[in-house]
Amino acid sequence: MAEPMKIRASMAGDTADIKCLMNHVMETGLRKDPKTGSTVPAHHITNVMVTVGGKTVMDAQWGGGISKNPYLAMKVKGAHKGDKVVVNWVDNTGDKNTAETTIG
Amino acid sequence: MNNTRRNVLKGAGAAGAVTVAMAAGLLKPGAVFAADWNKAAFDAKDLNAALAGVGGGGAAASGDIVVKAPDIAENGAVVPVEVESKIAGTESIVLIGEKNGFPLLADFKLSNGAVGFVSTRIKLGATSNVTAIVKAGGKVYKASKEVKVTIGGCGG
Repeated sequence: MAEPMKIRASMAGDTADIKCLMNHVMETGLRKDPKTGSTVPAHHITNVMVTVGGKTVMDAQWGGGISKNPYLAMKVKGAHKGDKVVVNWVDNTGDKNTAETTIG
Repeated sequence: MNNTRRNVLKGAGAAGAVTVAMAAGLLKPGAVFAADWNKAAFDAKDLNAALAGVGGGGAAASGDIVVKAPDIAENGAVVPVEVESKIAGTESIVLIGEKNGFPLLADFKLSNGAVGFVSTRIKLGATSNVTAIVKAGGKVYKASKEVKVTIGGCGG
């Protein structure tokens, strides 16, 4: 179900650029199936957590309004080359995924 | 014909249905969240209710927040949005799609050196303002950018 994420982190000056591409259907719960006419149940990521070197830098809550296969980018000051970056997500069905990389 | 037996069967059927309903209730997604999720705010279909749910009701407009999004989005299902807050001590950035079925899109809490910046892609159901609400030092600020949508992203 949960396919692997793409994650990339690089230093630009004293700031780390973290970019992440997740795989998820991100159903809002409002969309109707064109064939059956019934509403497609909500199925979307609810929580995203990003840590750098073990410290939480982002703790996000999402609704279904984030696009399918979500893209997320952020910047972290004071990070260093070689620091471990971990991105975690959980969806509303309890499915979860993790990806990690080191800042290059 | 054995009436009692029929009644018992009917009764058992009803009890079975209740058990199934209870199990369904217990297994609904809301109960399995590992982390906090602001259900009231995310489920709000009204803009003001969503704003109130994230504490953004009295936000003051600020020129220090830049919301970057296209003027015209051909496909409302994928609208790139970038928010940059130059306000010192930015603690969180909330994204709102004012005319969406569920206006609250996301709430990003930043800490430990995270810069007041976030970039993602959102769905917009119709032409509307994309609003960023920034919390910093106990105060709430906001900025908006209008995006014209030619094809909606919410099944419309």
